[in-house]
Amino acid sequence: MAYSEKVIDHYQNPKNVGTLDKSAKNVGTGLVGAPECGDVMRLQIEVDDAGKITDAKFKTFGCGSAIASSSLATEWLKGKSVDEALKIDNMDIVEELNLPPVKIHCSVLAEDAIKAAINDYRVKNGLEAIKFDESVVH
Amino acid sequence: MLKLPIYLDNNATTQMDPRVLEAMTPYFLEHFGNAASRNHPFGWEAEEAVDYAREQVAKLIGADPKEIIFTSGATEGDNLAIKGVYEMYAQKGNHIITATTEHKAVLDTCKHIEKIGGEVTYLQVNAEGLIDLKELEAAIRPTTILIAIMYANNEIGTVMPIKEISAIAKKHGVLVFTDATQAVGKIPVDVNKDGIDLMAFTGHKMYGPKGVGALYVRRKNPRVKVTAQMDGGGHERGMRSGTLNVPGIVGFGKACELCRLDMEEDNKRISKMRDHLETELLKLEEAYVNGSREHRLPHVTNISFKHVEGEGLLMGFNKNIALSSGSACTSASLEPSYVLKALGLGDDLAHSSLRFGLGRFTTDEQIEYTIKAISETVLKLREMSPLWEMYKDGIDLSTIEWAAH
Repeated sequence: MAYSEKVIDHYQNPKNVGTLDKSAKNVGTGLVGAPECGDVMRLQIEVDDAGKITDAKFKTFGCGSAIASSSLATEWLKGKSVDEALKIDNMDIVEELNLPPVKIHCSVLAEDAIKAAINDYRVKNGLEAIKFDESVVH
Repeated sequence: MLKLPIYLDNNATTQMDPRVLEAMTPYFLEHFGNAASRNHPFGWEAEEAVDYAREQVAKLIGADPKEIIFTSGATEGDNLAIKGVYEMYAQKGNHIITATTEHKAVLDTCKHIEKIGGEVTYLQVNAEGLIDLKELEAAIRPTTILIAIMYANNEIGTVMPIKEISAIAKKHGVLVFTDATQAVGKIPVDVNKDGIDLMAFTGHKMYGPKGVGALYVRRKNPRVKVTAQMDGGGHERGMRSGTLNVPGIVGFGKACELCRLDMEEDNKRISKMRDHLETELLKLEEAYVNGSREHRLPHVTNISFKHVEGEGLLMGFNKNIALSSGSACTSASLEPSYVLKALGLGDDLAHSSLRFGLGRFTTDEQIEYTIKAISETVLKLREMSPLWEMYKDGIDLSTIEWAAH
């Protein structure tokens, strides 16, 4: 299977690889996937007092599309408010990266990682975790 | 001079040897006859060429030329052997013994046998990829008609103890079939010394053309017969109808001859490169060889690089190096390699594996390039891997509750 140029670019030059201090109150961490399934994504956001995402980092174990999906997600997250971030849909990632059907689950994982990071942040800051509908494509 | 791209997927198929192509060429245009045409020179030429190829093929495996049934490849050979024995020996019994690490062409054929009323025992393998001979013997029943165990595994290169298997089979009057697709032409295989009754193999895994292979069917001690699976003109002693693929057979014959003559020299060179590749890659932390290193084909190694995913790894260099992975993502199924899982490997390690198949045309320069490219990519991806970070932080990954996915 040939990869799209955008996937290759993110794979070769991933944006925002790294680790934020997960114990910090203004950092939300989402860890999704499982090693047995061949992909694990960890996505972290750093949020300022105004509720704006000032930094985002990821580390991903997975195929090129999984790496690209999480790299793209961190790019999109930076500068957004937490509420705006919740609107990121996995299909936006599919479209941007031209993911083939067999790789759609990579984008779902990225969306799940965003939601998990936001919930982690919310819980840490005394807010209720948002209940999301179960992802369909897994 | 380094030649790119590098082909290290010789278990999938091999580049044809130019000497093979040269032998085949006249049989497309000049000598195009049907080997079954008995009444004119075109047919005679074709028949003569096929006879000669049959001798070349037989000689490589220590068989009599009359014991070679030409097929379209090993998948057909596997089907013909298993289904053909099942039908031919129906009065004796309906039980077949095989192993969980067989090729799909054997496993799916066995599943078909189960559907039509047969019984199949699937032997487990140990961490080395080898079956237990005591378990094999214990699995034999009065109704057992066939033991189908591959000679060497296509993913990990593990070589099964065929001689010991056939000794047990003989003791109980059971036939032995071996899918020797990966072994013939690569290591010495002798149907008499090994006690093999039926054996499937194919041209394209040994520098010959695709679409042509053979099924060895023993004619003496015991005389083995298989029921044809295709009806037609009764070619190949009635066991495989269909006009013979003369150019393909000529190429297959030539490929067998070259393997017989070059095997020793090729293996010395190739196993040295394989060992070097393996030694260097194992210098990376958390890298493990899958399957037996002792009982193994000389040109194969299968290595898991923990905490990086196989397809992601391949992407780092697959423009220049052709390899395959046991990772799910490289196939449509999303399940990691069942062979690696049968060794007892966790799914995570199965997802992290690369299969290297060196060949006649692999060079030292290519191996050096491969070592460097893979080492760099593994290190780069580990920097990006959350699992690697956790491992380095001393977190036991098995204690984490992963979200079902």
